[in-house]
Amino acid sequence: MLARRIIPCLDCDLAVPQGRVVKGIEFKKIRYAGVPWELATRYYEEGADEIVFLDITASSDRRETMFNVIRATARDVFVPLAVGGGIRSVEDARGVFKAGADKVTVNTAALKRPEIISEIAEEYGSQACVVAIDAKRRDDPAEDRITVPTQQGASWFEASFYGGREFSGVDAIAWAMKAEALGAGEILLTSMDRDGTYDGFDIPLTDAVSKRVRIPVIASGGCGNADHILEVFQKTGASAALAASIFHYGEASVGEVKSHLAERGIAVRI
Amino acid sequence: MTIAVVDYGVGNLFSIYNALERIGAGPKLVVEPEELTGFAGIVVPGVGSFGRCMRRLSRFEEPLRRALDGGTPVLGICVGMQVLFDGSEESPEEGLGWIRGDVVRLPDSVLVPQMGWNNLSIRREVEILEGISDEDFFYFVHSYHCVPRDGQVVAATAEYGTEIAAAISTDNLFAVQFHPEKSGAKGLSILENFVRLSRC
Repeated sequence: MLARRIIPCLDCDLAVPQGRVVKGIEFKKIRYAGVPWELATRYYEEGADEIVFLDITASSDRRETMFNVIRATARDVFVPLAVGGGIRSVEDARGVFKAGADKVTVNTAALKRPEIISEIAEEYGSQACVVAIDAKRRDDPAEDRITVPTQQGASWFEASFYGGREFSGVDAIAWAMKAEALGAGEILLTSMDRDGTYDGFDIPLTDAVSKRVRIPVIASGGCGNADHILEVFQKTGASAALAASIFHYGEASVGEVKSHLAERGIAVRI
Repeated sequence: MTIAVVDYGVGNLFSIYNALERIGAGPKLVVEPEELTGFAGIVVPGVGSFGRCMRRLSRFEEPLRRALDGGTPVLGICVGMQVLFDGSEESPEEGLGWIRGDVVRLPDSVLVPQMGWNNLSIRREVEILEGISDEDFFYFVHSYHCVPRDGQVVAATAEYGTEIAAAISTDNLFAVQFHPEKSGAKGLSILENFVRLSRC
């Protein structure tokens, strides 16, 4: 039976030599959590199904630091490793794969030039190409938007880029469907409204996207405890849940989350 | 005595190389067919389409066959498993045909590709799966699955819309549909089993 995946996400600030893991709240305030490869190794040993590194600095002069982080991690971590942040071309992706990543996640570059999805999928396979979508709820539904029932009534979701600093005008749900058509292997779907709030995943958003695509959706943003992960698996078709703070700051270990889910009938790898 | 990883220009071999190195297998990436000789064991990786893999692998067919006939253990991983079969619905190219049967698409009733961790049902006790039980999960990424004509070659299955052949063991030819190099400690155990078989 296919297990639902638990994926710790490490947002990396690469301005220091080994990099450091940070976590923002609603894409803003920053708190430090540790050294990337050490945290990744700990999560692997606790039973993480996959590790995601996001370079939040994403400037080209820090690329070598990211390669070092990936190399150091890949030596000890034998689950899939996905890396994103600042990947603008197949060439950028190649560097990340060469350092030991199994998947890349693209966000801004794909919104700017969607063909990059096909190019990466062609070269490395769809399974290696994750499209990350940062979605912001908008409560002014229009006819040309995919509208979803929410607590606010009816909403659509706008895809953001540049790490949440700018908005693209693109309908996030429609964009997920287009990304699938272009060859994306997975959608990493982050709710900007929930990110860092510990209020739980955005269920309407996650449900809307996972119903409309036939590729795995990774739910992200808002996880504050194991029950939130249980909820997103019970109420949506998400294949995986991504979380950061609950693992970084000791709310729960990956193993504790999995036991919690298994006891409540969710298939997980233990 | 080292383990060869056939580097025929598909995908990323970093992970399998790294995993073999971790378990002390002394891996070597082999780029030229004439260099594929004298190894204790040979790993045939594979990602992407069946046809692309077959086209690029074909120049290694002779040395691989020779090694196999000479008793060298060979392990196919993912599409590296599929190419051992006669052919695939995915591409018109013929497979190596060393295991009789075909590769067919996963059913429409499930998300395709299968991507993630699935557990095995062990069908036969074989050395390559020593230490592995039905409770252990492995990382799968694939859209097609192998249907061997002779079900006896199947050592373990996994359930995904249908019963799929997850591991095959026949004489010195082994194959797994999942990625042992990405399947945590249990995946490394399977690679260790392969290396041990290679050194017997």
